[in-house]
Amino acid sequence: MKYVKECTIIFGITLVGELLNAFLPLPVPAGVYGLFLLLLLLCGGIVKLEDVEATGNFLLDTMPIMFIPACVGLIESYGSMKQLLIPLLVICMASTVIVMGVTGKVAEAVLSVKKNRDGVVEGEPDPALAEAMEEIREQEEQ
Amino acid sequence: MSALQQSVYLGFVISIFAYMCGAWLKQKLGWAVLNPLLVSVVLVIGFLLVFHIDYNTYNSSASLISYLLTPATVCLAIPLYRQLELLKKHFAAVGVAIVSGVFTSAACIFAMSLVFKLEHETYISLLPKSITTAIGMGVSEEVGGMVTVTVVCIIITGIFGNIIGETIFKVFGIREPMAKGLALGTSAHAIGTAKALELGEVEGAMSSLSIAVAGLMTVVVVPLVAGLI
Repeated sequence: MKYVKECTIIFGITLVGELLNAFLPLPVPAGVYGLFLLLLLLCGGIVKLEDVEATGNFLLDTMPIMFIPACVGLIESYGSMKQLLIPLLVICMASTVIVMGVTGKVAEAVLSVKKNRDGVVEGEPDPALAEAMEEIREQEEQ
Repeated sequence: MSALQQSVYLGFVISIFAYMCGAWLKQKLGWAVLNPLLVSVVLVIGFLLVFHIDYNTYNSSASLISYLLTPATVCLAIPLYRQLELLKKHFAAVGVAIVSGVFTSAACIFAMSLVFKLEHETYISLLPKSITTAIGMGVSEEVGGMVTVTVVCIIITGIFGNIIGETIFKVFGIREPMAKGLALGTSAHAIGTAKALELGEVEGAMSSLSIAVAGLMTVVVVPLVAGLI
């Protein structure tokens, strides 16, 4: 029953997301509506983490496989894409370098301002960060 | 041969089998270029070409897998919920850094699309290329882009970001672990986050937080700039 319940919740939210996507005139994907909905339900305590976790983790783990059919679609559109290959590669690579550099630099600047203001002592543990790291460690072990 | 072409499960099975091979190869050799998704796509395309199987035949059963993408996107709320405390605590840094990243990405793509004289359809397909594939595919579809181009660019971006990350931090002089995580997650989504996890736990936590936040911000930004070209 555990999985039936979890699937009902996740797919039910997906359905609501799909309906919102169909009826609201915004260019927001169905999955994103669903993401917010699930986040709200989790924060409000209406859905508990353990009610979606097992199925949720399975879907997240296998997610890369779900992109394969779309990528394989490349053989259909290869003819029209051939001459775009070089521009696409250049744009992807150059913008990745710039975006990574800018994001990192801006983050460092904001963090240093915050540190000066809060008077944070260098090397002092951050409880929120420690908690998130614990979560990630657990997931890595699984 | 016609039995192969009529099979209901063929597309499904070769997709997951190819991914298994890709994941195994990555584990064996550990090169970032051997991204399991990239390897599996090459294997599946090779298989279809060798056995003369039509893409539509393949996709009629492989699309079963694609259907799961929307519920999987919904489940991205789970890691985001786990990191909510982290987001609250560092709201300013996370918010400002990711907003600047998302706008920089849009500006870069706009400028370079002008340089290469790309058409509208290609330009909008490129816009969501720095975010997680699940959201990126949806965004591309919503604004009328070519989903395949978007997915391919997302993967190229992720793999390149994963490989180049450490060099960029050296060149730009970025030393703060939190900043590194935000930079990797915002520019190179989940594949970049794999690198962030290698660098350290702080980097990993911030990077996986950025995947969700940057993805959601891009949903808002792309429609705003889609009409520019």
